[in-house]
Amino acid sequence: MAAAAAGPGPGSGPGDSPEGPEAEAPERRRKAHGMLKLYYGLSEGEAAGRPAGPDPLDPTDLNGAHFDPEVYLDKLRRECPLAQLMDSETDMVRQIRALDSDMQTLVYENYNKFISATDTIRKMKNDFRKMEDEMDRLATNMAVITDFSARISATLQDRHERITKLAGVHALLRKLQFLFELPSRLTKCVELGAYGQAVRYQGRARAVLQQYQHLPSFRAIQDDCQVITARLAQQLRQRFREGGSGAPEQAECVELLLALGEPAEELCEEFLAHARGRLEEELRSLEAELGPSPPAPDVLEFTDRGGSGFVGGLCQVAAAYQELFAAQGPAGAERLAAFARELGGRYFALVERRLAQEQGGGDNSLLVRALDRFHRRLRAPGALLAAAGLAEAATEIVERVARERLGHHLQGLRAAFLGCLTDVRQALAAPRLAGKEGPGLAELLANVASSILSHIKASLAAVHLFTAKEVSFSNKPYFRGEFCSQGVREGLIVGFIRSMCQTAQSFCDSPGEKGGATPPALLLLLSRLCLDYETATISYVLTLTDEQFLVQDQSPVTPVSTLCAEARETARRLLTHYVKVQGLVISQMLRKSVETRDWLSTLEPRNVRAVMKRVVEDTTAIDVQVGLLYEEGVRKAQSSDSSKRTFSVYSSSRQQGRYAPSYTPSAPMDTNLLSNIQKLFSERIDVFSPVEFNKVSVLTGIIKISLKTLLECVRLRTFGRFGLQQVQVDCHFLQLYLWRFVADEELVHLLLDEVVASAALRCPDPVPMEPSVVEVICERG
Amino acid sequence: MEDDAPVIYGLEFQARALTPQTAETDAIRFLVGTQSLKYDNQIHIIDFDDENNIISKNVLLHQVGEIWHISASPADRGVLATCYNNTSDSKVLTCAAVWRMPKELEPGSHESPDDSSSTAHTLELLCHLDNTAHGSMACVAWEPTGDGKKVISLADNHILLWDLQESSSQAVLASSASLEGKGQLKFTSGRWSPHHNCTQVATANDTAVRGWDTRSMSQIYCIENAHGQLVRDLDFNPNKQYYLASCGDDCKVKFWDTRNVTEPVKTLEEHSHWVWSVRYNHSHDQLVLTGSSDSRVILSNMVSISSEPFGHLVDDDDLSDQEERRPEEKSQEPPQDSVIATYEEHEDSVYAVDWSSADPWLFASLSYDGRLVINRVPRALKYHILL
Repeated sequence: MAAAAAGPGPGSGPGDSPEGPEAEAPERRRKAHGMLKLYYGLSEGEAAGRPAGPDPLDPTDLNGAHFDPEVYLDKLRRECPLAQLMDSETDMVRQIRALDSDMQTLVYENYNKFISATDTIRKMKNDFRKMEDEMDRLATNMAVITDFSARISATLQDRHERITKLAGVHALLRKLQFLFELPSRLTKCVELGAYGQAVRYQGRARAVLQQYQHLPSFRAIQDDCQVITARLAQQLRQRFREGGSGAPEQAECVELLLALGEPAEELCEEFLAHARGRLEEELRSLEAELGPSPPAPDVLEFTDRGGSGFVGGLCQVAAAYQELFAAQGPAGAERLAAFARELGGRYFALVERRLAQEQGGGDNSLLVRALDRFHRRLRAPGALLAAAGLAEAATEIVERVARERLGHHLQGLRAAFLGCLTDVRQALAAPRLAGKEGPGLAELLANVASSILSHIKASLAAVHLFTAKEVSFSNKPYFRGEFCSQGVREGLIVGFIRSMCQTAQSFCDSPGEKGGATPPALLLLLSRLCLDYETATISYVLTLTDEQFLVQDQSPVTPVSTLCAEARETARRLLTHYVKVQGLVISQMLRKSVETRDWLSTLEPRNVRAVMKRVVEDTTAIDVQVGLLYEEGVRKAQSSDSSKRTFSVYSSSRQQGRYAPSYTPSAPMDTNLLSNIQKLFSERIDVFSPVEFNKVSVLTGIIKISLKTLLECVRLRTFGRFGLQQVQVDCHFLQLYLWRFVADEELVHLLLDEVVASAALRCPDPVPMEPSVVEVICERG
Repeated sequence: MEDDAPVIYGLEFQARALTPQTAETDAIRFLVGTQSLKYDNQIHIIDFDDENNIISKNVLLHQVGEIWHISASPADRGVLATCYNNTSDSKVLTCAAVWRMPKELEPGSHESPDDSSSTAHTLELLCHLDNTAHGSMACVAWEPTGDGKKVISLADNHILLWDLQESSSQAVLASSASLEGKGQLKFTSGRWSPHHNCTQVATANDTAVRGWDTRSMSQIYCIENAHGQLVRDLDFNPNKQYYLASCGDDCKVKFWDTRNVTEPVKTLEEHSHWVWSVRYNHSHDQLVLTGSSDSRVILSNMVSISSEPFGHLVDDDDLSDQEERRPEEKSQEPPQDSVIATYEEHEDSVYAVDWSSADPWLFASLSYDGRLVINRVPRALKYHILL
């Protein structure tokens, strides 16, 4: 086949087409391929490599499988002109010739090959015959060899067995020699300190010696060995006890001793006792650092030292123990756990003592880092010794410290609040001393509020360190839940706000009733502060807390509204107390002025009494003070001429207003009747009624208290004619200046009317002053 | 259960002085003194007919001056003492005197009220308590259980003990003591303790309450700063010998144990203005009555510091359903101090309140405009206490 394929190429030289071999050769070769394929029954499809040439089914394709000469000829005859026919005929003839010569060449070539192949086969036949003969010979020779070999081995059998026995004896002798030499070797090893080697020898010999101990010679060896072993063991123990060497060496000693068959229990005790000694040494050094002297290393260093010294040592001991005494089973593990528990407990006690020293300090980050180290360190022995509960205990300590820290911060916040109050007190007291303007109330309030808020934020930030992600204990359930909700939110923030309210309220209850140790301005300021808390700060702080400490705990927390209500109540009480205190101050002035004067023998009034001016001045001052912090508030709509309203009681025109004259000189019955009727129509005045959070309400409260006092005091005195007139003048003056401060100026009218009416009743000779004169005096004053 | 409506009686004049007729234990009778500078003052004897809810009055003229304080003798129904203003030469001096009522007005005489209003009787002066050397009289207090022969009067800063001799027609100053100190010290009020064999008197001046021993006329105890402001009145618990109630201008009522005067046992703060008067009920000391210049009278139930701290536990079948339930509730939880009622019948400051000496469930209050209101303890409470 290879020949057939290769053949036409070079061999087609003679019948080359006129177009040249280069163009013609591949085309023809492909044609030949096609033929061959056809011949071998390869389907057309498999010869698909061919470019999409003429349709293979085309009967006019010369190279096609379905070539039909008749159709082809017909086609040629029909389609082609004569010249072309001639050409194609020539072409055809030339092609046929070329094909003929090709065929001839192929036939020749293949024939030659066939001949040479036949020759080769014949030669091979000859060769094989020769080889067969030689193989036969080899077989016979081999049989002979086998025979000989068998004979030789039979001859050597005897000697071989003897050699084997001799070899066995030799080995035995060597072993014996080893045994005999053992004592000296052991001694040497012991002397050299190669304990490991010695123990290995001993281990190898022990079983044999044990087995043959009934033989006297072996027994002697065994005895010797035992003596040496005992010495060895003793030396090992000696080394073990000396302790100076580190834990790994000790572990080695114990390992060797165990190999020597020393009782494990006892060793284990001793091992632990040694470990205890070392660890106690660590604890002692830690304790020494704790010492009473203040310049102890900072807490981070302390926990570091404890972590690397004690906890590291404990880890080593535990690991070595578990490796060495694994065979001891649960009893051994229990012993180790007890050991770890005890020492761990002492370590924790030391750490707690150290941490307790830290409670006073302020640096949370250091503490948290120290706790983190401490906790992290204890995770290793915790994993190693789950039964000892070290990790849990450590977590507990951390939690406890965190709780204490919260308490500390709460204290800090309280102290800060009290500090703020002290500052305010000083600031309030200062201007009086210096005689110049101090910082305004509003400014003080802003200072206090911002300072408290910044303290709260600082505390939150400090406490937040405990829950930072990189801190190893922050994912404990306590720090994820209870710490955030109960500790920080409830304990710290809510607790602080509550305590702030309580502190503020305590100013109301304080025995300062007498003179008021608390400056009124402070009451006012605190009241405003609480009100601000109610309106904004509380919800802000709580939102801030909730955001910083994503509370996952489901336990109930104080809602914002409750706190707000508390703050509002506090604000209200403070403001009410402020009103009482200020009212009392003015009341005392009025009372003294009424009580100490001899009203019967007083002179005709020429002036408003100084005390009334003082009252108005003080009221104005209070108005300014309250105005700094509280909004104006609403007043009742007033008649247009309220400021010019004359005193109805003694006005000559006797206007019939709602506050008709309650006094008529000649008819006591009328007086009663009129005043009763008047009261029927006016609302009862609640003197110490709760106030609202605005300036007008506060001032109204203060003025009500003052005027009611004036009324009661006037009723206790007896007035002469001029005394009455003086009261008249004073009341008119008050009326002129006080109406503007109150929510309902009718209230002032009513109370002052009552004062004058009462004074008239208390006068045996009631001759009122002319209203015009009263007005003149008041205007002049 | 409906409570009876209050009974109101109006006087023509302003009035501050009120007292029950202490020696009278059958009829409900109050004495009221008026204050008028221009007219003759009167003492109204108010009789109250509990069954018919009717008030009858008798008027006695008290011509010497307006009455600031009145107190009735505990031994003789016809004897009373007043403190009155004497205005002369542009000077006011408050004097005190002991009086006897006309015989026909003493109980037993059934004079029709209509007549008495027209014919005013005059008091018979028994004696003056001479105070020219001591200053204005603030109040007069009778020895509570004696024979009506001993009287304490408070004059400015003096406390004076008088012996009334020869059927009260002569007052002899038995002993006296005075309060020394800075400033003008003035007693405002005083009460005679019914305990300790009537040897103790308590007085109020400014913010302090002081106790005195009448035998030696020396101070026994002193409650400094009993109130934030002026102390207006005090009263002894009739059943607990060391307990004392006080009230004052700080709107508070405080209860004291005189053995420990640093802290009040209890403080009430119900009034919205000065409290002028405080009175223990004579029989049931948990009932405390207060009157204030906020025009209100408040009746409080101070069970926790009374002599009957747990009330009575009863199992009475006769009670109505509602009544049956109450004692049960009571027995389960300790009783709470509470305000029983606030009476708002007055329209002016109430300066005096007092219990009737005859009926422990009845009390009177007097406001400045001359209105006297007689009220009763609510029946539910009354039965609760009794049963």
